[in-house]
Amino acid sequence: MPQEYRLILKHADQAGYTPDIECYLRHGGYEALRKALALGVKELPDGKKMTAQEQIRDEVLKSGLRGRGGAGFSCGLKWSFVDRKSGKPIYLICNADESEPGTFKDRQILHKDPHQLIEGMIISCFANDVKLAYIYIRGEMPEGARLLNKALKEARAKGFLGKNILGTGVDIEIHVHRGAGAYICGEETGLIESLEGKRAYPRIKPPYFPAILGLYMCPTIVNNVETLAAVRHIVSMGASEYAKLGTANNTGTRIVSLSGQVKRPGYFEVEVGKVTLGELIYHENFGGGLREGRTLKAIIPGGSSSKVLKAGEVFKVKKKGEDGQWVPVDMNLLDLPYDFDSLQQAGSMSGSGAIIVMDDSVDIVGVLANLGEFYAHESCGQCTPCREGSLWMSKALHRLTHGHGRKEDANYLLHIAQNIQGRTICAFGEACAWPVLSFVKKFKDEFEARGAADEANAAQGSHAANAVASHKV
Amino acid sequence: MTFTVPSELEAELNELITHYPQKRSASLMFLHALQEHFGHISKEAVEWTATKLELQPINIWELVTFYPMFRQEPVGRHQIKVCRTLSCALGGSHTLHKHLCSRLGLDSKKHGIQTTQDGKFSVEFVECLASCGTAPVAMCNETFHEAVTQEKADAILSECR
Repeated sequence: MPQEYRLILKHADQAGYTPDIECYLRHGGYEALRKALALGVKELPDGKKMTAQEQIRDEVLKSGLRGRGGAGFSCGLKWSFVDRKSGKPIYLICNADESEPGTFKDRQILHKDPHQLIEGMIISCFANDVKLAYIYIRGEMPEGARLLNKALKEARAKGFLGKNILGTGVDIEIHVHRGAGAYICGEETGLIESLEGKRAYPRIKPPYFPAILGLYMCPTIVNNVETLAAVRHIVSMGASEYAKLGTANNTGTRIVSLSGQVKRPGYFEVEVGKVTLGELIYHENFGGGLREGRTLKAIIPGGSSSKVLKAGEVFKVKKKGEDGQWVPVDMNLLDLPYDFDSLQQAGSMSGSGAIIVMDDSVDIVGVLANLGEFYAHESCGQCTPCREGSLWMSKALHRLTHGHGRKEDANYLLHIAQNIQGRTICAFGEACAWPVLSFVKKFKDEFEARGAADEANAAQGSHAANAVASHKV
Repeated sequence: MTFTVPSELEAELNELITHYPQKRSASLMFLHALQEHFGHISKEAVEWTATKLELQPINIWELVTFYPMFRQEPVGRHQIKVCRTLSCALGGSHTLHKHLCSRLGLDSKKHGIQTTQDGKFSVEFVECLASCGTAPVAMCNETFHEAVTQEKADAILSECR
């Protein structure tokens, strides 16, 4: 039976579990940090020596941990790109700017178990020779910022943070930095600009890869909250044990945020790839199915920027056969294992692990209009295709939902979206183009019908009669 | 009106500067603290921040005009932010927004933030507040509210003094 596997959120929702350090210590807190700091130099069979830091980095790489923020990139590989020879300080930033629509997993860690993140961060700092780190938390989480500041203070008082950590001579400091309501700060180079006290205009890569030219033009690591929390468990249980969780190339657990039109929305920590999309939506241990009498219309599988999947879609997905060979098989949308690779093969992504479910009661044009407004509001304005295009798309979607649409709007939307993707400095271009491309392509008849109806009504001089209720979704 | 930053607040801000290798990094945190204290970011607050951080006022203005949370005009004492984005919209945030507006005599169709004439309440739609599983969600000043029904919204309003 598919069920949750709680590793990071093991204690978070237990009765009596509080976010203070005493409670965390009673539950084995900071033991992983002690373990990391106690690692000695390891002699390898070939005579080479591995420092404690190298051992931790190696463990994280071997664990197969992939970034939980959206891109799903190997954490260990990301760390390996860090320029360690520049002589400049190395910085670590925890990306706690959780703002991808549909996502509410980091909120749980930040508010219920902040010390787990802090422990993961201290270990990650130690492993990467980082002396100064920041937690960039979104401005709309003032309570989270307060809790983190309190937790950092507690950790300093106990000697886990600050100068000479636990008497080892290691100095590490962490500060909380608050954002101020801009979605683009979730993009790592935008976040870095913001942390430098500027507008969050993402930087162009190359040359500004954070691992080489990040914060203050120094090598910088930017990791998501959940990723850093996972580091603590990798050190604690060992890479090989951690890698036993989940599936091949999709190891560990991840916290799935389920929202939209299901009976039981919420967050569920699962082994990656051990549970299917269908189970997450329908099984009683998870979403519990749709409301009475409703049928599935569409799923946004990995945050609003991921491409929408239409009910009934069948994908060619590679699966390991009995002979050990990977063979392509037809797989229904609901049978897709919820992991990084399967969703990618289905032409979308598991992104930030946020599933938004839509049943047959939604107006699909209205749904895209809602997202269009989001992206038009959040474009940072640096690149013309995105700044202008996101607004054009939103305007077209607005008229389609307010009785002034045109039949050609469907193609017009596709045309704009195609001219945004790949033509911007950061991935926001794709983030705003992909929903439009996928929604319009997969539900084209509905978009065209809406526009055609508006045109017909306008011809009769009664377009107002067709106007759907303002902002209906 | 003279612009004076209380000495305790200034001490707090001085301490914040020490968190960063470069002073400029503290600007967002400065603006948060000043807005919390004064209710909005005035021209004087911008100039004061710029001087403190050894910057030009334009370096601060460009932040105030970029980041949605900063405001140049005073708003209501109780600022209600209703999440507008998809999951909350599916969960009834438009109905909630309309309800709040009609209770407070505001026009729900107007764009942007709206404040009651007595300056007590402001209502605005904001983008995703990252609690999509408990839609619709709203914030009243710094307090976060989940699954806000109309009854709950009424209770939130009546708790504001």
